[in-house]
Amino acid sequence: MVAGYNTISMGTGRKEFHPKKERPGLEDYIKEAGQGTLKQIGGARYVDECVIGNFMASRFNKQANLAGFFPFIDEGLKGKPAIRVEGACGTGGLALLTGIKSVLAETAEVVLVIGVEVQNTVKAIYGADILAGAGWFKDRKEGHAYFFPGQFSDRAGAYFEKYGRDKTRKAFARWYRNAIENARLCPTAQEYNNTTKDLEACAITEPNGKSFVDHLNVFDCSKVSDGASAIAVVSEEGLKRIGIDKRDAVEIVGWSQVEDDITRKPMEQTELTTFRLAAHEALESAGISADHLGTAEVHDCFTIAGVMAVEAIGLAGIGKGTDFILEGNTARDGKIPINTTGGLIGWGHPTGATGVHQAVTILEQLTGKAGKSQIQITPERPYALSVNMGGNDKTLVAIVYKRG
Amino acid sequence: MNYEERLQNVSVLGAAGKMGSGILLLTSVELADLSLKPENKGKSFVLNAIDVSDEALTGVMRYLKSQVLKIAEKKIVALRAIYKNRQDLIENSEIIDQYVFDVLSVVRPGTRLEATYESGIIFEAIREDPALKVRIYTQIKENNPNHPWFFTNTSSIPISELDEKAGLGGSIIGFHFYNPPAIQKLVEVIKAKNTLSELEDFALTFAKNLRKIVVPSNDIAGFIGNGHFMRDILYATSQVDLLLKDLSFVEAVYAINKISHEYLIRPMGIFQLIDYVGVDVCSYILSVMNSHLENEELSSTLLNKVLDLGVKGGQYSDGSQKDGFLKYEKGKITGVFDPGKKEYIPVQVIQGKVEEKMGIMPPVLPWKSVVSNPAKEEILKSYFMEIKKSASFGASLTLSYAVNSRQIGLHLVNTKVAFNEKDVNTVLLTGFFHAYGPVNEYVL
Ligand SMILES: NC(=O)c1ccc[n+]([C@@H]2O[C@H](COP(=O)([O-])OP(=O)(O)OC[C@H]3O[C@@H](n4cnc5c(N)ncnc54)[C@H](O)[C@@H]3O)[C@@H](O)[C@H]2O)c1
Repeated sequence: MVAGYNTISMGTGRKEFHPKKERPGLEDYIKEAGQGTLKQIGGARYVDECVIGNFMASRFNKQANLAGFFPFIDEGLKGKPAIRVEGACGTGGLALLTGIKSVLAETAEVVLVIGVEVQNTVKAIYGADILAGAGWFKDRKEGHAYFFPGQFSDRAGAYFEKYGRDKTRKAFARWYRNAIENARLCPTAQEYNNTTKDLEACAITEPNGKSFVDHLNVFDCSKVSDGASAIAVVSEEGLKRIGIDKRDAVEIVGWSQVEDDITRKPMEQTELTTFRLAAHEALESAGISADHLGTAEVHDCFTIAGVMAVEAIGLAGIGKGTDFILEGNTARDGKIPINTTGGLIGWGHPTGATGVHQAVTILEQLTGKAGKSQIQITPERPYALSVNMGGNDKTLVAIVYKRG
Repeated sequence: MNYEERLQNVSVLGAAGKMGSGILLLTSVELADLSLKPENKGKSFVLNAIDVSDEALTGVMRYLKSQVLKIAEKKIVALRAIYKNRQDLIENSEIIDQYVFDVLSVVRPGTRLEATYESGIIFEAIREDPALKVRIYTQIKENNPNHPWFFTNTSSIPISELDEKAGLGGSIIGFHFYNPPAIQKLVEVIKAKNTLSELEDFALTFAKNLRKIVVPSNDIAGFIGNGHFMRDILYATSQVDLLLKDLSFVEAVYAINKISHEYLIRPMGIFQLIDYVGVDVCSYILSVMNSHLENEELSSTLLNKVLDLGVKGGQYSDGSQKDGFLKYEKGKITGVFDPGKKEYIPVQVIQGKVEEKMGIMPPVLPWKSVVSNPAKEEILKSYFMEIKKSASFGASLTLSYAVNSRQIGLHLVNTKVAFNEKDVNTVLLTGFFHAYGPVNEYVL
């Protein structure tokens, strides 16, 4: 993969964001991200295929048939194959895999992959309806007004019960602090302008079940975001064609995609079992263990998901994710910096774009192009992992990367 | 009749007015919530929204719809529980739409007073005109067989007087909302001499269900809120007169507005507040209060003088401020009215002289930064210490203003308008959004 590009993650938190002012539309984000990547690879003429990932433009923007926006990005894409994929918040990961498979199938040497979502077209309370589509619609009626926060609040409640509330909430607060501190170093991050002094004190605010959910507060949640990310999935042949050095690319050394039954409730509220399966399969296919990871991008749609992700990857034992986080291991100067540009809580969560954003962050970190967010990647731990999740542990994509 | 039966047929008189529209909103939501309780299934709840013009009522229905939508969005968590058995309502948007529909369907807008003849409760928020209020109460009483209870929003007329003149036999209580009723937390509840005790109990329950802060006030014209506000106005105008020795009229008004706003850490200055309420309304309240108070002369030649020149203040229908003592552009004060020249003098022309006269003042603490600050007490203590230490003219004006405000508060307790100092402070804190109550230790 090469030539990553992220638009700003727009929404509350950004200085430029005013809910009542007109903002760029879906097509503007697609165009900006697409052109950002095309420019780096020498233009549309080198592209063989296009993939766009998007979750719910059909409702957020009343727009479908998104593949039709590729020629809008660049006339040179007219007449080329293009496809749109969807897997809720795991959409971006599926888009990447679709590109990877085309390259592996040798139907393409260069695939342009974009993920996009524009969600601030409706108030959060109606956005919750739309995002609930990531779950089974037959569960919607009995679900919470804020459907997904409700689902993960239940998980947090179960985790509190099993492993202790205080420590877990402290780990949530630390997770939040790490996310914001990382976001402050990344100019496209939604929380880039966050100036709160004591982040952990702010994050420990008691949840209020009357206006939101029982076990999580707003700081435990990912952002409502507008944004797009793009990257090129390229074969070695393709790299030559676009004239980019291997060292400026990341190699995909392993991957996994697994699904769980959307009509079923989680087997275990305190674990992300499908997430675990995907992460393990990916590491296995790369022939490495979690100890070889220099960094990871994990799907922290909620702080509780962050805690369980650390356990699911195998960085910490079951029920030990909180300690791992509180010991500072996931901070940017820790053993394995996680979500180095803020993740879903700090950078933002334009749902259909998130999986692609994860890949762009890893590409930048491994090739030394992460600017102020740059962490040090050592020869002992040269690998990186991204795990993108759709729904409540249903659609999972895990990818292992290494510098080319 | 129990609480719910009383509320099965309610009327709001003056429903399109500033206060009436807010009372309509609060009441329609309360009635709809009652109608949605499982135990009230099958019962009907009716809220007559009565005013004199259809046009205004159309506008108020539009206002109601937009406000109920906001309320519904805010309480969606509770609404999902309320509608849990409605299998056809699944998404938040469906539930919110249904709730807006359910609230609006309680309301029957109309211009005919006859609609009130079946009501158990009548909220009255028509013009502050005692004769008109009495005439309407009498007509309703004569035609309504249900012995309705009257909730009047009067700002200044003693409730006992309304009770006696309309022959209501104690079926009336002062239920004094603050403007805007949907936002302001405070309700002053005023019992007349003969107010029925069941009516008082009901009023307190109703206020609690609307999540209001209740302050009881005695039935003495002006009650606590205007009792303080009107006397505060008179003090301000007397200070303007004093300043005329050294300053022009517009400078003096500007100075006193600044003192009562910035240096007293209030949300707005006294002349801005007069404009907000309306110069005409203030003058009228003064005259009603004056006619009921002995040993005290409550009237302002200044207010009457500018009124005669057509300067009224008040708001445009979009809520923006009309010019009054002060001129406003996009909410900012840009000029002061000069009755001699009959025009507004720009602030820039006035400012310099006033600042010079005030002298070197302690730094201003913005009201916003103090009002909900957890360390408010400490901040205010040291701020007033600075004021007391300062030798500037502005500081001495500030201190005497605050001391006078304190005396008004004590006067309200001494003359038994308020039951205690705390109630006075609560009214100023919650009804006027002051950062501190007038009866405090800071200014001693
Ligand atoms: N405005 C305030 O800040 C405030 C605060 C507290 C109490 N009050 C009191 O509330 C009452 C109403 O004040 P407001 O400011 O809302 O006045 P307003 O002029 O905005 O509203 C009065 C409404 O009553 C209607 N009305 C007049 N005669 C009527 C009649 N015969 N039948 C039905 N409707 C009639 C008018 O058309 C108007 O819509 C007054 O008693 C006032 O003292 C006002």
